[in-house]
Amino acid sequence: MMSAVWIIAKRELHSFFDSLVAYIMLIAFLGFTGFFTWLFGGDIFFRKEASLQVFFGVSFWTLFIFVPAITMRQLAEEKKTGTIEMLLTKSITDRQLILGKWLACFLLVGIALLFTMPYYISVARLGDIDHGATLSGYLALLLMSAVYISIGIFASSLSNNQIVSFLVALLIGIFFHFLFDVIASGTSGFISELMTTLSLSSHFESISRGVLDSKDLIYFISITIFGILMSEFVISKRN
Amino acid sequence: MDIVIDHLTKSYGFQKAVDDISFQVKTGEILGFLGPNGAGKTTTMKMVTGYISMDSGDIKIGGNSVRVKDMNRYIGYLPENNPLYHDMPVIDYLEFCASLQQVPEERMEEQIRRMVRVCGLDVEKHKKIGELSKGFRQRVGLAQAMIHDPQILILDEPTTGLDPNQIVEIRELIRQLGKEKTVILSTHILPEVEATCDRILIINRGKIVADGTADTLRKQAQGQQVLRVRIEAPSYQEVYDELGKLSTVGMVDLLDKDQLRFETQSVADQTSNNQIFNMCVNRGWILTEMIPFETKLEDIFRELTMN
Repeated sequence: MMSAVWIIAKRELHSFFDSLVAYIMLIAFLGFTGFFTWLFGGDIFFRKEASLQVFFGVSFWTLFIFVPAITMRQLAEEKKTGTIEMLLTKSITDRQLILGKWLACFLLVGIALLFTMPYYISVARLGDIDHGATLSGYLALLLMSAVYISIGIFASSLSNNQIVSFLVALLIGIFFHFLFDVIASGTSGFISELMTTLSLSSHFESISRGVLDSKDLIYFISITIFGILMSEFVISKRN
Repeated sequence: MDIVIDHLTKSYGFQKAVDDISFQVKTGEILGFLGPNGAGKTTTMKMVTGYISMDSGDIKIGGNSVRVKDMNRYIGYLPENNPLYHDMPVIDYLEFCASLQQVPEERMEEQIRRMVRVCGLDVEKHKKIGELSKGFRQRVGLAQAMIHDPQILILDEPTTGLDPNQIVEIRELIRQLGKEKTVILSTHILPEVEATCDRILIINRGKIVADGTADTLRKQAQGQQVLRVRIEAPSYQEVYDELGKLSTVGMVDLLDKDQLRFETQSVADQTSNNQIFNMCVNRGWILTEMIPFETKLEDIFRELTMN
């Protein structure tokens, strides 16, 4: 018997690929990151070292925008068309539904990152790449996506309008992406420390540079779980 | 599996959508849930499926409270407006629903094939749901509700949007399934409940206002027997007088004096058929029509739910 989470995730992945969302997302992501990594401005050839740091920097921003675009319809659309009622009156819990949706988005991002493997291979053939740092860079991108997917699904649970969900996800995301950092540098003492702790970018940077600290891992995992629990809470208040 | 609903209450703000209702549905019974729009039918059904929570009271399915145990495995539910994934092919959608309802892998194909046949979806099974007509979508909705062969069926307006032929088919289907399952179906099409249901429950403003078979409801509403008769006789006055003399006839009304049509109302708990017939025989009149006048379900419904 397949688990309900996987059944939901599988359907959602199918729907990504059937509705062109997946292809648009893949082409745009690869186009964007490819252009800025290989062709434009301070690209990878100016680095004088074999590393994918440029790519990670570009992806840091690309995924920030793209993740809300794939999460926005997850629950909003189900609520709008009423299919959420059909789903939740089957043998499935609210949590399994949310986790299934989350997993589908996460796998789509994973697939997109998998397609950047040629970047890795190319750079590795050009010079002496630091494999550890590169892998942890990918890990940082996955962890960041996990957080933003979780936030995006929460945003999607709040409304049955996809655009609203997208904007809410971006709005919450902006705080994690750089506003907490900005506030941290403008304040001092406890507030500054708190903001630095909350800021996603500082945790992202340390992992993407190859420093694996359990504190950073706990940060990403706990925010992801928090987002999922919040979505579950919102969905359970359906009357 | 039976359904026991016990002092169920649900409010939205100050408005009580369902107000302290209690009833039971036995296995093999088809219960028609009747009421004007906004009476609380859908709300009650949503609570039975566990989709929305109850304020107070309890719903027990096969002895298990839905508060405690997730009973969705045993329930097939067709929600109001029949929400479906329009971008999915029929077959894929049914497979998706079957796996969510934990139909075992080895029975999956057989079960899907069966539902496709039973619901008449064979020609359309590879089309996307969005390309189907409303009638076929409704069949897909029914198929997904029954895909795991549930013991309980909750159908919220199962025949909306169907043409008369389809309605007859779907009713027949529900009747057949209802023999071994417990079915609650809601509708505001009155002939539908008469044609399909064993029992009728009329609810209005969240309260049960009538409960029984179509016949018992009629009897309750009607009280005395009413007959329409037409008698061929020399004069209407004579017939009128004679009818009035019969001991079981309480009231006589002349409907049409050229055609000699009358309406008689019997005294309580009596029928006048015998006496009227014998009177005609004795007098040598010809009784050409005798029609028991039935209170229509529509009238009962209107009487109970007009506020």
